[in-house]
Amino acid sequence: MSARDEILSNIRRSLRVNGAEGPRRAAVEARLSGSPRGVVPARGQLDAKERIGLFKKMAESAFASVAIVQRPGEVPAEAARWLRDNNLPAALRMGEDKRLADMPWGDTALELAQGASDGRDLNAVSHAFAGVAESGTLIMTSGPDNPSTLNFLPDNHIVVLSGADLAGDYESVFERLREAYGKGVMPRTVNMITGPSRSADIAQTMLLGAHGPRKLHIVIVDAA
Amino acid sequence: MHLTKDQVEGDFRRVHTHLPKDRDLTEPTQLLTEARGILREKFLAADIGVTGANFLVAETGTSIIVTNEGNGDLTQILPKCHIVIASIEKITPTLEDVSQLLRVLARSATGQEMSVYTTLSTGPRRPGDLDGPEEYHVVLLDNGRSSMIGTDFQHMLRCIRCGACMNHCPVYHAVGGHAYGWVYPGPMGAVLTPSLIGVEKGGQLPNASTFCGRCESVCPMRIPLPGMMRHWREREFERHLTPSSMRYGLGLWAWVAQRPKLYRLGTRIVMHVMGYYARKTGKFYAMPFASGWTDWRDLPAPQGKTFQSEWKKRRGAK
Repeated sequence: MSARDEILSNIRRSLRVNGAEGPRRAAVEARLSGSPRGVVPARGQLDAKERIGLFKKMAESAFASVAIVQRPGEVPAEAARWLRDNNLPAALRMGEDKRLADMPWGDTALELAQGASDGRDLNAVSHAFAGVAESGTLIMTSGPDNPSTLNFLPDNHIVVLSGADLAGDYESVFERLREAYGKGVMPRTVNMITGPSRSADIAQTMLLGAHGPRKLHIVIVDAA
Repeated sequence: MHLTKDQVEGDFRRVHTHLPKDRDLTEPTQLLTEARGILREKFLAADIGVTGANFLVAETGTSIIVTNEGNGDLTQILPKCHIVIASIEKITPTLEDVSQLLRVLARSATGQEMSVYTTLSTGPRRPGDLDGPEEYHVVLLDNGRSSMIGTDFQHMLRCIRCGACMNHCPVYHAVGGHAYGWVYPGPMGAVLTPSLIGVEKGGQLPNASTFCGRCESVCPMRIPLPGMMRHWREREFERHLTPSSMRYGLGLWAWVAQRPKLYRLGTRIVMHVMGYYARKTGKFYAMPFASGWTDWRDLPAPQGKTFQSEWKKRRGAK
């Protein structure tokens, strides 16, 4: 008897079931296929216009900075401005994301690098899969477009979020992941990021930049 | 978290001998920067990353970790191999179910809306990926969980380890985490530890409670912690597991307490002697029969007078 069979039979014995009961199997099947939603807070159910304001407020309260631009073409200038204002080197690493590649980076003096990070980059820019207004959270998916190391290794991280991808609640984002990748299929890594890295382990004092980025700047592209 | 800033600085200077001796480490941010630099090298050099999981998702075969630092993410994204070790009660049916739990986890733990990094990992590096582990293994651990089902302690399997019960426990605040003597401290530890190591060994933990009920009232998973501690006390009593030293000790105390003159004389002598021995520091660092206390913290010394004599004096002075 394998350890797996032993654990399962132990569970069945404790529950006084044999594992083959029709109604029990149907309940599991319905739960997994229907993935019913639980309670969603009222602030997770705002309309598209109010969502941007709430997202900004929540992300800023988690110590991220937020800028809103009207067109994708304005993102490079905003990224350059933010790096300059924070006295950071004019260099950026990014993945192969087409939305980023189509932006006019040539109009800035930024030095660009492409691909995953080996831990020596100071700044990176990524494009988010989605955002969640409820808590000011960014949803990042892995892949060559936006390598996951860019979310963690550089000291300063700029994330571009399309206003159309800003959801009210986590459940809506998970539904969109199912539409994009298929039911039961997930990207290798989904990072839900709320503000820059922090720790309060030393002297119970909250400090930014523990193992991940010290600064997180979010640029929302909102055509409205 | 249990060390002071100066203790951290001392340890850093003792171990990080390759760094300049005259570097300034007085500020917490300097300590954090040094830790970040040293650990970053270790993360980049590691071959295997081992993490636990806050949740597992049956629908997608996903493991989830939640951190504020990003340490768990560097552990699983940089090494060639990621191993997840998680016990079976972490499994939730769907991503929607996890959403519910994530909403209460950070709020109950640190008062944040959401922890900084919530990471959902599903399998190894995909074709075209430029980073991530080449291998991904999940080890599901029973470790006593399956035998808790159907017992009085089944509720405990709902615990999401937020720590709210500890944050609000007067006993935990007074004695600290080490005094619980095992992996899980606080009210949830007082219930879970006897389930995992047996009431014979962990029986004193559910006794160390005032039953004030704050743990149950703040628990986001509505786990009836005081009720379960009461169950453990009943079991311990039914099985005559109270150690003989405690039974005889309580019997002796009861015998003396029923004789007021003897009680007053005895306490006066003991308080006087203890007060005399600790007159310089006001506390004991070691005490016969009380090493269980003094191994972990100092025992405050009486100041030489008994409560009753002080009471009499102050009432008389009015």
